[in-house]
Amino acid sequence: MARLTPENLTIAAEIIGRYPVKKSALIPLLHLAQEQDGYVTNEAMAHIGELVGVTSAEVLGTCSFYEMFKLHPVGKYVVNVCTNISCQLVGGEELLHHAEKTLGIKSGNTTPDGLFTIEDVECIAACTEAPCLQVNYRYRHRITHGEFDQMVDDLRNGRLDDEVPAHGTLARVRQTIPVDRRAGAVSPDDDREPGWLHANEAPAATDPASGDAS
Amino acid sequence: MITDSPKIITSRFGYADSYTLARYEATGGYQALRKALTMTPTSVVDEVKAASLLGRGGAGFPAGVKWGFCPPGVWPRYLVVNGDESEPGTYKDRMLMELDPHQLIEGILLACYAVGCGQAFLYVRGEMALAQERIASALNDAYAAGYVGRNIGGSDYSVDIVLTWGAGAYIVGEETALIESLEGNRGMPRLKPPFFPAAKGLYLQPTIVNNVETLANLPWIVNNGADAFTALGAESSKGTRMFAVSGHVKQPGVFEVEYGVTTFRDLIYAPVYAGGIKGDHQLKAFIPGGASAPWFYEEHLDLPLEKATIDKAGSMLGSGAIVVMDETTDAVKACLRVVRFFARESCGKCTPCREGTNWLERILQRILDGYGRPSDLALLMDVSDNISPGIAWPPKQTTICPLGPSAVSPIASAIDRFRPEFEAHIAKAMQSRVAVPTIASGTVKPRAAVDV
Repeated sequence: MARLTPENLTIAAEIIGRYPVKKSALIPLLHLAQEQDGYVTNEAMAHIGELVGVTSAEVLGTCSFYEMFKLHPVGKYVVNVCTNISCQLVGGEELLHHAEKTLGIKSGNTTPDGLFTIEDVECIAACTEAPCLQVNYRYRHRITHGEFDQMVDDLRNGRLDDEVPAHGTLARVRQTIPVDRRAGAVSPDDDREPGWLHANEAPAATDPASGDAS
Repeated sequence: MITDSPKIITSRFGYADSYTLARYEATGGYQALRKALTMTPTSVVDEVKAASLLGRGGAGFPAGVKWGFCPPGVWPRYLVVNGDESEPGTYKDRMLMELDPHQLIEGILLACYAVGCGQAFLYVRGEMALAQERIASALNDAYAAGYVGRNIGGSDYSVDIVLTWGAGAYIVGEETALIESLEGNRGMPRLKPPFFPAAKGLYLQPTIVNNVETLANLPWIVNNGADAFTALGAESSKGTRMFAVSGHVKQPGVFEVEYGVTTFRDLIYAPVYAGGIKGDHQLKAFIPGGASAPWFYEEHLDLPLEKATIDKAGSMLGSGAIVVMDETTDAVKACLRVVRFFARESCGKCTPCREGTNWLERILQRILDGYGRPSDLALLMDVSDNISPGIAWPPKQTTICPLGPSAVSPIASAIDRFRPEFEAHIAKAMQSRVAVPTIASGTVKPRAAVDV
């Protein structure tokens, strides 16, 4: 099950339809593939290429640029510990080392049971809540070593299933544009001036000579 | 100076349901859109120009002026919203997206109406799952309520806002890289000129790229008028601005303060803001505007947070991120950490940045690890000079975008101010270095002489 499923294909078609140029849907579709399989498979990349009309090599070209796309299986929970400057100043590196010790793996690796992957990541925009981390992109703020161990225990025992979906799922709410409310994608070739651009302007004076020239 | 200026963009942050349509409508939401729909698009542009609203993304360019760069008569135009906040220390756009997504949506609608953009793309950083969920819900509600989409408010104005999100790349915060990413490509910046987005942006059409905080200001400006906005702030910096204070402070936080009059000392030491240095330590240095900014020190504390003043003093307010370091901080270690960030995030397009930032990281790492050489400081400056000739401020660059020169800022700052710390690391390395043993030096005994 590596090509997009029929349900995901329906979602993919809707996403592609939002963009004036199909290739713009590439990153959203790669997220969809990763949500389906936990990582981006070669078959999914080939399928996405077919959908947007580019080669699978071009899909790989885009995919490999972005750190969030995993080309190999990773843990069900990807633990991203921030060690950038604001976190480093208040214990981010110590937190990373603690995480490595607790889970018994070095950063960049996955536990043998396939549950956890640790990553040493760059700033995740929670600097005033340092040291911080994300589990599958869900925040944990000002986390102590004890809280980290508790979190790992909770994740192992499924106590955070409502809050933290398996790796691959980002937003659990999708944008849906109702057909009757759609303004529509605007093609770069559509060179008409927008209809509202002269809204509310005073009607042109009937006699140009009598216009207010002052 | 601490002022009790009105909260322009964070006014709803105190409500538990601040992100809902019901709360937004109950607190004056979408009134600016209604008002704008009775105005001409040109007069909306004029209002924003008169407000002198500076872009809040990092470069600080006036938003109204940027809008005016679209060549007349060239259609379609697009709006791209930059929500790819990832400058280290920065933490404001995420708050605005998570806590008040409708305010951002209304700002987008006002901008598209004013400039005549046929479609808007709201690009949210990939790692921000909650912001993506909040915006998706808000957009779905706003579509259902008739605020977004076809014939908004029964008028001729129609525009779709497409939520799209990134996948982990700092460089995509650069506007032309963001456009590349939106086109489904690797996020590598384009050369300017010719690819100024306002002239040749998304799909090579005129494109306005605005930051989240910039757009969040628009509803207030349209509701209250440019005069009310310019009544706040200082000469070159109007209105209010969000600043995130992190690092060694007692109460790290994000604060909306009057722009241009509040000082660094206010923000770092005032009990209503960050409350002073943790453990009552001494201030060693602070980064005034995100990791790309040259560092500031004790003597800069009383400077007001005003763009022109800070530019003149040799740094920038950038993305509004203040990172405070106390005297226990190892300047070499902090410098390495910032440089390592840029080395990891270099997209690889320009040689000076791709190779240079990595060498800077390696040299700093060996100094810290105890393998530094006396020539290393000169070498650091030489590599820096090849990325940013003259190592001056504002920086010159041999690269397409400012990422490479950004890696030079912390090095130039740290070596200039804390050179003895670098030298101490290197001196320690030289002491522990053992001379290579040779028979001539007498340190290697002939085999026969070894006792067995």
